[in-house]
Amino acid sequence: MIRVENVSKSFTLHNQGAAVIPVMRGASLSVAAGECVALTGASGAGKSTLMRMIYGNYLVDEGEIHIGGTDVATAQPREILQLRHDTLGYVSQFLRVVPRVPALEIVAGPLLAVGTPHDQAIERARHLLQRLNIPERLWSLSPTTFSGGEQQRVNIARGFAHIYPAMLLDEPTASLDVKNRETVLQLIEEAKSRGAAIIGIFHDEAARQRVCEREIDVTKFTSGLN
Amino acid sequence: MTPLLQVQDIAKFYGNHIGCEAVSFDLFPGEVMGIVGESGSGKSTLLSCLAGHLDPDKGAVLFDTRADGLKDTVKMSEPERRMLGRTDWAFVHQHARDGLRMNISAGGNVGERLMAVGERHYGDIRAKAVDWLGRVEISENRIDDRPTTFSGGMQQRLQIARNLVTGPRLVFMDEPTGGLDVSVQARLLDLLRNLVREMGLSAIIVTHDLAVVRLLADRLMVMKDGHVVETGLTDQVLDDPQHAYTQLLVSSVLQV
Amino acid sequence: MSNYNFAYLDEQTKRMIRRAILKGLAIPGYQVPFASREMPMPYGWGTGGVQVTAATLTPEDRLKVIDQGADDTTNAVSIRKFFEATAGIATTEATQQACIIQTRHRIPEADLREDQILVYQVPIPEPLRFLEPRETETRKMHSLEEYGLMHVKLYEDISQHGAIATSYAYPVKVEGRYVMDPSPIPKFDNPKLEMAAIQLFGAGREQRIYALPPYTKVVSLDFEDYPFVPTKADHTCDMCDAADSYLDEVILDDQGNRMFVCSDTDYCAGRQQAGYVGALGTAIAEDVA
Repeated sequence: MIRVENVSKSFTLHNQGAAVIPVMRGASLSVAAGECVALTGASGAGKSTLMRMIYGNYLVDEGEIHIGGTDVATAQPREILQLRHDTLGYVSQFLRVVPRVPALEIVAGPLLAVGTPHDQAIERARHLLQRLNIPERLWSLSPTTFSGGEQQRVNIARGFAHIYPAMLLDEPTASLDVKNRETVLQLIEEAKSRGAAIIGIFHDEAARQRVCEREIDVTKFTSGLN
Repeated sequence: MTPLLQVQDIAKFYGNHIGCEAVSFDLFPGEVMGIVGESGSGKSTLLSCLAGHLDPDKGAVLFDTRADGLKDTVKMSEPERRMLGRTDWAFVHQHARDGLRMNISAGGNVGERLMAVGERHYGDIRAKAVDWLGRVEISENRIDDRPTTFSGGMQQRLQIARNLVTGPRLVFMDEPTGGLDVSVQARLLDLLRNLVREMGLSAIIVTHDLAVVRLLADRLMVMKDGHVVETGLTDQVLDDPQHAYTQLLVSSVLQV
Repeated sequence: MSNYNFAYLDEQTKRMIRRAILKGLAIPGYQVPFASREMPMPYGWGTGGVQVTAATLTPEDRLKVIDQGADDTTNAVSIRKFFEATAGIATTEATQQACIIQTRHRIPEADLREDQILVYQVPIPEPLRFLEPRETETRKMHSLEEYGLMHVKLYEDISQHGAIATSYAYPVKVEGRYVMDPSPIPKFDNPKLEMAAIQLFGAGREQRIYALPPYTKVVSLDFEDYPFVPTKADHTCDMCDAADSYLDEVILDDQGNRMFVCSDTDYCAGRQQAGYVGALGTAIAEDVA
């Protein structure tokens, strides 16, 4: 489902004397449907970088990234947008907060984007927010005033609203208490049993052991570059 | 899928000065394209050329019309282009007073496009106006008030209602939140986001505000000195800028 | 007779005006620009109408001049005397006997014939002027037939007054193409715009001439659910008892007593001669044969 082949990337900082900073070379991995693979490595090793490249958020200098039938590395913006709508979900580390939009609408967003009727989308959003223990009185509020943990749970709810065949999860259990961490791990297991291919970054080793079949140490692709 | 708009090698010169040059891109139904740049980048000139307000010196702007398929709007006759401007296209000006009739009631402003395409039932026209005012969060009891009595944000929302009432497929926006208070901007952006999604609109938004494009635009073009220096997915261009100018622009934005 | 050329204007000017008139007749409702001349009366006093009449008059013609329906107001008298002095033509107050009728703000009640010409004095020829002040824009709107704004005006009336409040200078669509301002005639007169006579419209200050050939189709603008209704005061004439003519309201004293009289003086006089008597009128004594 997800296949990364020989991906390399460097950053060129034009406004700092055109300094070239290589950050990845020869990255390769593959994830089959129903599998969850963890990216490991020290902080700053390049886990998030790789994930962003898979999502199309970062450009790649070389290599291929196949999700379903699309090569993200060379696809048109329109194709990547379509991919992100239907096929590839991404739960980032932090919720990017938009003022005024209530939590319910944020979570329902991905469903509305694929054409789900409004009440159905809201219903699913309610269900997820409930599972993640967000108090109902907060559902109609914008997450701008939520705690970090609450924001992250809204972020996760949004990530799992639409059934994506492929998912990228960046620290989904960070800043969560035991109960909520358990819920998130269950969501991941449910996604896997639906056949989703998942790549995750988990600082928490127990979580990693619980849901991931394999681990890939990105240090292999990034060490010795600088 | 056919692109809704195909821009091919558009250029506009003012004597030796380049307004904009070598601009080409395709826009598909439901896509929002942001065009950012600082003053003098050529973004407003480009928008005017695309929307038919200025005649470009070179290039074509092909639009997928409902009746006749792909047509070059640059070569269209004026009556055709004006008709397009009232039906399939919309233009949201930075200053609401440029896009509204200030001496006519809010209802009249919204109804004008309907009357211009031949609607002749007062009751129906008024009902549609009420509906649209509701959608842009203007209270129904303001329908007979003139826009001179509205706040800046309300005027801008009225302008949006006036433009969208005939269900256009392509909306051009020139700094739609410029000059508005921050909280008012937030409300307007939220409204635009929802309308774009609900109506499946395509839009081309010119702005100098990167936060606006982050929120509204799927794709982004960065302009400098009349040229497009970088283009791609909005989040990619803002998070992984390649061009020196884009990097400068992104790093210059203050974090709140 | 005076030292003036026939009807005051020189022959070249008359040719220029006649060309404008012909163009106007060829394009009903279209405003033809013309080089309006300096006339011996100020702008706003009928110079457009006077120029059109001057270009149209021939020595055999009989001229009638009315101002809001009356032959005997100051302006009607002045203009009539002006043509008597500069053209030496016969004049009359009888509508049926006139070849050319110059009018300010009314159409005579009597049906006009194919051998007659009605000349209107027009203050502002552009029906869209108060909605769209730019001449460049209104010209485009006419040439592209973009008249949405005209209905906006009517919409505004209904939203403010509950009905289309325009009571005079009511806009019309001519032959399904041009929107025209019929000059400040009461909307009651609009249906008469479809007539057998030639109608010419002259605006001297604004320098436009437009025209309606005989039997031109003229439709007053309205909404499907607010149709056009030609209205008048709900009275009969207190002098001649006419129920179907446009009435002037005359205040009689400081107690607010009022009477209603036909605005068309010739029409009223004619009815009284024929023996009709209104509520406040007196029967005309039989002429001793």
